[in-house]
Amino acid sequence: MRTLRPYLPVLVLGVLLALAPLFVTSNVVLNFLVFTLTVALAAQGWNLLGGFGGQFSFGHAAFFGTGAYASAIWQMQLGFDAWTGFVAGTLAGALAGLVIGFLSFRAGLRGSYFALVTLAFAEVFRVLANSSEVTGGAAGLLLPLKIGAENLQFADRATFLGFVVALVIVVLLLVQWIRGSRFGAQLVALRENEEAARALGVDVLVVKLKAICLSGAITAAAGVLYLQYFLFIDSGIAYGTWISVEVLLAAIVGGLGTVLGPVVGALALHGVGELAKSLAGGLPGIDLAVYGAVLVVAVAFLPGGLVGIVRRRDRPRPVRDAAPVEGEA
Amino acid sequence: MYSADIIIEALLNGLLTGAIYALVALGLTLVYGVLHIINFAHGALLAAAMFAVLFVNQILGLDPYVQIPLLAVIFFGLGYGLQRLVIGPASHGRDENILLVTLGLSIIIENLLLAGFGSDTRSLNTDYSFAVFEVGPYLLGQARVFGAAGALATAALLWLFLSRSDTGKAIRAVAREKIGASLQGISVGHVYAVTFGLGCACLAVAACLLLPTFYVNPRIGSAYVLVAFTIVVLGGMGSIVGAMLGGLIIGVVESMSGLFLGESLGQIGIFLIFILALLFKPTGLFGAKA
Amino acid sequence: MLTVDNVTMRFGGLTAVNDASMQVKAGSITGLIGPNGAGKTTLFTIVSGFLKPTAGKVAFEGETITGVAAHRLAERGIGRTFQIVKPFAGLSVLENIVVGAFLRHPRRPDAERLAAAVAEKVGLGDRLDAPASSLTVAGRKRLELARALATEPRLLLLDEVLAGLNPSEVRDILPVIRSLRDDGITILMIEHVMQAVVSLCDEVFVLAQGAIIARGTPAEVVADQKVIEAYLGHGAAARLKGGEAADA
Repeated sequence: MRTLRPYLPVLVLGVLLALAPLFVTSNVVLNFLVFTLTVALAAQGWNLLGGFGGQFSFGHAAFFGTGAYASAIWQMQLGFDAWTGFVAGTLAGALAGLVIGFLSFRAGLRGSYFALVTLAFAEVFRVLANSSEVTGGAAGLLLPLKIGAENLQFADRATFLGFVVALVIVVLLLVQWIRGSRFGAQLVALRENEEAARALGVDVLVVKLKAICLSGAITAAAGVLYLQYFLFIDSGIAYGTWISVEVLLAAIVGGLGTVLGPVVGALALHGVGELAKSLAGGLPGIDLAVYGAVLVVAVAFLPGGLVGIVRRRDRPRPVRDAAPVEGEA
Repeated sequence: MYSADIIIEALLNGLLTGAIYALVALGLTLVYGVLHIINFAHGALLAAAMFAVLFVNQILGLDPYVQIPLLAVIFFGLGYGLQRLVIGPASHGRDENILLVTLGLSIIIENLLLAGFGSDTRSLNTDYSFAVFEVGPYLLGQARVFGAAGALATAALLWLFLSRSDTGKAIRAVAREKIGASLQGISVGHVYAVTFGLGCACLAVAACLLLPTFYVNPRIGSAYVLVAFTIVVLGGMGSIVGAMLGGLIIGVVESMSGLFLGESLGQIGIFLIFILALLFKPTGLFGAKA
Repeated sequence: MLTVDNVTMRFGGLTAVNDASMQVKAGSITGLIGPNGAGKTTLFTIVSGFLKPTAGKVAFEGETITGVAAHRLAERGIGRTFQIVKPFAGLSVLENIVVGAFLRHPRRPDAERLAAAVAEKVGLGDRLDAPASSLTVAGRKRLELARALATEPRLLLLDEVLAGLNPSEVRDILPVIRSLRDDGITILMIEHVMQAVVSLCDEVFVLAQGAIIARGTPAEVVADQKVIEAYLGHGAAARLKGGEAADA
């Protein structure tokens, strides 16, 4: 029983999200949820590398776009089906992670340098996708409308939302499991202090590579979701800086290195963004300006993110990570 | 293939553009060298400066070059305030936090520009915008020539300021040994803010020099920020001479890859150089130590 | 168990370790002492795989390990602590130690059990859930020791685990170190606290200006003229002797 308890919050969140379509019929809200959870999924990918592993990427668009493009090309140019396209896109994201990770981590890039090099990789991918034939060039790729579960296209938004929720829950459970595993402990250890981790037998390069592959795969899966929902991508959407920024924001605002943080962060962020948009009367960019302000405020005042606020209130209760009282008194 | 004349002309134009890029990078490398932070908002601040030039031109009808002193002072103040009131306090002195805070600032600036000016791409036409100097068989845009001269003059002024003035000496002292300098009675917080202000003033000058030939839109900052980072990494983080040389190199690379790869794919040259420099020569081409 | 043969380490023009050789016998507590800046920590850094020496050879249990990466050496059974402690500040005490325990126990329950046992051994048993950042200096030194122990090393390199502790804290931790040897762990320790070196070490090597200048039992080394001069300056031994003669 004890081993199942850590998974409880994820399951509760899953049930809440899964029930949402029963109460919400408005297309606007369903759209909001699908899009926000897609970003949340991508953000969970970022969080695995950035939150748990401490390697801040500014270029997760490289994975999001690779997932979306790989699946689109798989279906449109190679003629395979959408479900295997989903797998192909996810694997392509892992592969992109392996390549970028191998090059940057082996060169010893950390901190700001790693952030910048990932940004540059994403930009290279964007320029390539914008000028290559197979990606449809500047016009982008329009996935043919073929409604049917076998094509991963659903007639109603609620069903698609169900699929997205299921995927989010699976990934959250995976991350919760990783958190308790040896790999997870080693990943967090190298975030806290690389030298100390090495002295304890952690193969820093291998752990980082595993993390960036998984991270790339998860974010790429979100890219495939985006493709299947909107049925259109171009280089500015798939490899654009917007997604790199959103995933990092969602994870940081929600709570770095927490399992629920990215979902909470994405929901809060998009909620605030929508609010700002409606208040500002459709002034362009105002929601994003608010995002930027939220980021600055979160870094300044919320080191544990939104999830951290709840945690702090938990302290007095006799929970496991809340016992630093004895000995200090 | 292209004739030698076309290539040489592209080379010369690349050098001229590169000199202005160098000025943009100068601000970034100065801030890095003293504060040891990467200012991700550098590009967005440049975009803001370019819009300021447009705005002042529309309101007061001032020529961009005439605006240089005015905008340099305004942006110095803006930079001073940003560092003192926002970046310093919000980042708690942690490297990643500074990167995130300046990223946040760049998002805010970019989107406020978008909200204020719309997403249209604009340019500012002056009498000399399309005029050229004929140097032998080569045609050089007058605005580029003026821009490059202005950029080099600004760099020289900055160099003089850093090496001769008391404030410049304090800046260099803090860059070298922060704690030692503060023991000497130098206010590190003030010096940081002055340095950040100088970095922003460089941007204001660069904006005035850029606008007669370069267009601007709210999203332009993200393109410039990568160019500036590439120059700074290539020249060695914190090195002023490196930034100047790196700027010239990048100007030429951009011009050449545009010529040979075309407008769309041409952007890739700079990004590739950036990645290669980070992966294989993170100390810069000219820098000895990181 | 560990042999260091003619190891030299240069950084640019500076020679930090100069042709140093030493041996650590299995089952012993061996001390490495010397004045500040003698190159002790550099030598440790080389032995533990964080630095590749400019020249020379390091062998562990008969196999050459020169230039083998630090994490591989940890797998092979060399544990180390850092002079400047490096706790995983954001994690609890238990979680810190668990990282080490995971090296040989891939399943969490096993790793946690070992970590708790090690914590008990070094006297952190009642602080398992405390954040590492809340520990005192002495607590952090214990944590440093506990993490290394959790990797179940056969050779343990201790870099000034006693530095910065007050005399009563030193007195508390000495038996812990002694008990490790009784558990069969060979120990090589850099130490400045001479009282501890004398009471713990079977054999001592003295490093000065990058070179080994003396070896022997603690008593022999302490009386060695070269050692006294290395610590107190040229001619000090003679002056000390003169002082003793005058006292007599």
